[in-house]
Amino acid sequence: MTTKPVLGAVDEDAAPLTHEQLRELYSLMASVRHLDTAAVAWQRQGIIPGYAPQLGQEAAQVGSGYAVDRTRDFVFPTYREMGVARAMGLDMVGYMSTHKATWHGGMYNPLESRFAPIQAVVAGSVLHAVGWAHGQTLSGKPDGERGVAMTYFGDGASSQGDVHEAMNFAAVMKAPVVFFIQNNGWAISVPTERQVAGGSVAARAAGYGIPSLQVDGNDVVAVYEATRSAFAHCRAGNGPVVIEAMTYRRGPHSTADDPGRYRTLEEERLSAGEDPLERFKQRLLDDGIADDAFFALAQQRAQEEEEAIRGGIEALAPRPGAEMFSLVFQEPTPTLQSQATAWRKESEHV
Amino acid sequence: MEAEPVLQLSMQQALNRALDEILADNPKTVIFGEDCGRLGGVFRITDGLQAKHGEERVFDTPLAESAILGMSVGLAMAGFHPIPEVQFDGFAYPAINQIVCQIARMNYRSRGTLPMPITLRVPSFGGIRAPEHHGESLEALFAHVPGLKVVSPSSPHDAYHLLKYAATRPDPVIFMEPKSRYWQKGPVDVRTAAPGQALQDQALPDAGMDDGGRLTGARVAREGRHLTLVAWGAMVARCLQVAELASEDGIDVEVLDLRWLKPIDAEALAKSVGKTRRAVVVHEAPLTSGLGAEVAQLITQHCFQTLKAPVERVTGFDVPYPSGDLEDEYIPNIDRILFGIQRVLEYRRG
Repeated sequence: MTTKPVLGAVDEDAAPLTHEQLRELYSLMASVRHLDTAAVAWQRQGIIPGYAPQLGQEAAQVGSGYAVDRTRDFVFPTYREMGVARAMGLDMVGYMSTHKATWHGGMYNPLESRFAPIQAVVAGSVLHAVGWAHGQTLSGKPDGERGVAMTYFGDGASSQGDVHEAMNFAAVMKAPVVFFIQNNGWAISVPTERQVAGGSVAARAAGYGIPSLQVDGNDVVAVYEATRSAFAHCRAGNGPVVIEAMTYRRGPHSTADDPGRYRTLEEERLSAGEDPLERFKQRLLDDGIADDAFFALAQQRAQEEEEAIRGGIEALAPRPGAEMFSLVFQEPTPTLQSQATAWRKESEHV
Repeated sequence: MEAEPVLQLSMQQALNRALDEILADNPKTVIFGEDCGRLGGVFRITDGLQAKHGEERVFDTPLAESAILGMSVGLAMAGFHPIPEVQFDGFAYPAINQIVCQIARMNYRSRGTLPMPITLRVPSFGGIRAPEHHGESLEALFAHVPGLKVVSPSSPHDAYHLLKYAATRPDPVIFMEPKSRYWQKGPVDVRTAAPGQALQDQALPDAGMDDGGRLTGARVAREGRHLTLVAWGAMVARCLQVAELASEDGIDVEVLDLRWLKPIDAEALAKSVGKTRRAVVVHEAPLTSGLGAEVAQLITQHCFQTLKAPVERVTGFDVPYPSGDLEDEYIPNIDRILFGIQRVLEYRRG
């Protein structure tokens, strides 16, 4: 599969990725793969109660997240964007804390990281991206300082009405939004052909007059270049773009899922396509951009990083119960304050 | 302003003036929704605001309530103070996910880093013989949601000040406008205080109109000795009528305008009913699990020792909001409220 270049040629700064950047992309993918696999193990070991793996989506996530400019853009994720978070340089203990059940939304700072809180009503944040992006239009900031919103969702979420409202709003308002769909073939147990009418999510964009492209989601460079073009398109004031990255969820929907109930191992093997990590490694080797020593080092660093994150997660104490009350409002209500007082008296005996 | 501080305005005019001043005071305020730009809204609450403040500050959106509210989240994240309008109360239902799961939770989810200073204006309640979905009473639903605050003005003066107050708060406020009162005129003291501050200590022309500018709780709309009618929105005016009629029979009725439906001013309830020792709650919403139950419980909790009779409720019925021909049968009328008063006055312990 190749990227269909349907956007205007607006990416004036586009330059081929340097060897250093290509190696960085690989290192990020290796880190994400290792952390993702480890997080499933953490769940089995009882370190975290649950996790939503993204095995097989490393290229789609790292490639797109790598295109984000954290000084001005903003990303609106669902709960399966660990690879995007890592590529954007988030505090990964803060990110993983939501899977530790420490705090809904995660413990990272969304304003500093430019990564909105994790949440599970998957199409909900797609509209937030449109609002934020329209805010860029209204901001009065000079062209170069205005940001682009990138919203992530899957083939399953694309069935929700909010996605359609978001695409319509964004197109009417010419909001600078990149709708980044990771079509991983499955919405829990329902395959894309039973989830998405019209053949693809990207095909829907035409109905809203939004340029769209499908990209090989297992090719990190193709994903990066498609995303970079989409950002340039938005920055130039051309309105939104839809990118559908075709990939495959190799593992379960979540650690509570049992894919064996709805697909066979044979189907998985045939449908998954090339492993994005192995494929990129081979390319770097073939092009003489990286050698075995580099890959060994990347693997070693990924493991060290994962161990540090695991340590951070294990060290996370439960949040003080008082936060349950104090973070509902900026200005707490008297009722909530009295509930907090009663709770303290009855639970902490103070 | 000092020359003519008290104007005779309808609630529609008072709200319009308040929005005009809010836009002038805070450049980050934006008003949007269906038809609120060029038309000025179906009730003309935003009349003339687009012409005066520009199409970027006051704008029409496509017809999609979930998107209007979802967009508000993104705009708030981008530093704006959105004042979205849901055209009619019943159209808030399609947006309920954005209101309940997104607007109400974002401050909590983000640990206070993403406040939601959103004032959602909802033309509310019945009484105008409108078609289905144009006369709903959603206060119990909204008040039940953690993270939301709910207010409903009953007079032009309160409408003006409560809206200005709500629009300066850092938390989401559902502003329920009693649409059957839009065209009733009353005195509005437009002397303004600093945002969020009480009005200056100025005697207002109608002592019954205001409680000295305190905008955060209930107000005594009429003082009385024998029982308290608790009401909000359009029911306040009706209860004041009832109180006049009852006074002809020597019954001295106090009318407490609750104003804030969340947080409820329990102190004001306790004070009023502590004095009168009898209470009737009047609301347009259906009886079962209505806000009247919450009010009755607060009264019981605070006034159990002194209550002369169980708290009575006079409400709408547990039926879908009826068509215009049956509206007068549904909304608490003078007779039904008088029966409610009779029940508490004649109550004898068995």
